[in-house]
Amino acid sequence: MSPQSNSTHPPASLLPSQPADLGPAKTVLLADDVGRILDRIAHQILEKTRGGEDVVLLGIPTRGTFLAERLATRIQTFGEISVGLGSLDITLHRDDLRTQAVRPIGRTVEPAGGIDGKLAILVDDVLFSGRTVRAALDALTDLGRPRAVQLAVLVDRGHRELPIRADYVGKNLPTSRDEQVRVSLAEYDGVDAVNIYQPVQPS
Amino acid sequence: MTRHLLSAGDLSASEATTILDSAEQMYAIQARQVKKLPALRGRTVVNLFFEDSTRTRSSFEIAGKWLSADVINISAKGSSVSKGESLRDTVLTVAAMGVDAVVVRHAASGAVQRITEWVGCHVINAGDGTHEHPTQALLDAFSIRRRLGELSGRHVAIVGDVTHSRVARSNVLLLRTLGARVTLVAPPTLMPAGVATWKCGLSWDLDAVLAGEVDGPVDAMMMLRVQRERMSGGYFPTEREYAIGYGLSPRRLALLPEHAVVLHPGPMNRGLEISSAAADSDRSIVLDQVRAGVAVRMSVLYHLLAGADEPAAALEEASA
Repeated sequence: MSPQSNSTHPPASLLPSQPADLGPAKTVLLADDVGRILDRIAHQILEKTRGGEDVVLLGIPTRGTFLAERLATRIQTFGEISVGLGSLDITLHRDDLRTQAVRPIGRTVEPAGGIDGKLAILVDDVLFSGRTVRAALDALTDLGRPRAVQLAVLVDRGHRELPIRADYVGKNLPTSRDEQVRVSLAEYDGVDAVNIYQPVQPS
Repeated sequence: MTRHLLSAGDLSASEATTILDSAEQMYAIQARQVKKLPALRGRTVVNLFFEDSTRTRSSFEIAGKWLSADVINISAKGSSVSKGESLRDTVLTVAAMGVDAVVVRHAASGAVQRITEWVGCHVINAGDGTHEHPTQALLDAFSIRRRLGELSGRHVAIVGDVTHSRVARSNVLLLRTLGARVTLVAPPTLMPAGVATWKCGLSWDLDAVLAGEVDGPVDAMMMLRVQRERMSGGYFPTEREYAIGYGLSPRRLALLPEHAVVLHPGPMNRGLEISSAAADSDRSIVLDQVRAGVAVRMSVLYHLLAGADEPAAALEEASA
């Protein structure tokens, strides 16, 4: 299922359509890179958790869910261990609900066997302010009480607003605050890529 | 999303689907040990019930509380209403306390619409006279969807006292929006005036509908309550005759297609519009409807209240 074939730049048609409100894009990670990074994170999880025992992966919708699925598959392959897999929607726990338009609620799927006493690893695509992770920690307490909680992200772009750090980082991307980082995944966007969009210059 | 929920007809197909999808997630929360979400923390919801209600009021109360809103119940009995206060004064008094939403049930059709003209907070219709009951329609759609999958292309028969039924009215509007076909089945005396203009089929013959002779086989049967409190006008000769003509008897239950479900908004008059055999059968999703009530109302409260207030609404409040 891992589309790790093209080593060259993807043809323009494969890139997600340029969002109207964003400036020019720079591709920082290609499909191969994303694949290799996920391989490495899967190995790191196995190493750091002593073989992946009691691990449950909780993806944060939308793209974190797909990343968690991919990590679970890789951990199954590398460590021959089947880890718990779920998804954790954080919409209802956001701290900016009152300042934004209402968002639709994503899916929360509790892993088979629950999370009590387990090592829960939150999986998300981009770590930015840290507010999503804070909300996820709150949402987690509604599901149960894990033994410990860790965080895995594909991209860490800095600019934290809360005392939160990731345990597993795919790539550190230094960005300026007004740039936009977009992760595209084959399952959702049709192609694996990470792009940085420049802010639109006022003309 | 609209500011108020007054009519099931106000919802577009995508809005209704969003509410039902969110309700699906809320429904899963009911199975959790900790049934509490912070989404409406600091918001105040007032249940203003000028008519008796058990399930609607309590499910709105639970829905609000599970979303961490503060919920206050005011019923006409035991409030200043019984001292002769007018609807407008009661509503303005409640609104003046700084509430974020009022959930209103009133015996007069259109009363809830009128309230939106007086107050700046969100207003949710929990049943106004014989007009509408949109959250009931949403939970009916939710219950059918859970059993049968997508509503598009389904055929729903609504049977009984359509004239006095706000449930029927809201359901016709919402089910149509979601792509289902609706057939109303009632004796001519219990069909409301102007029903011919509604976007649904009509029949006086329940057995013909069950046989699939009217607009094809039925996927869901919604039995309406015979509202004895409104039955003073001689709408049918005897209850027995009504039961024979329009009750869901064991014989009629057996005529339904294999997959079809039976709904009833409650409270049921067993032996009148629905037999015990039908009410307690595997096809009956009456209890599912009650369970869905909380989830659907959580979803409605969330979508109306959680987001930022539109600036236009704020201006309106300031100038009022």
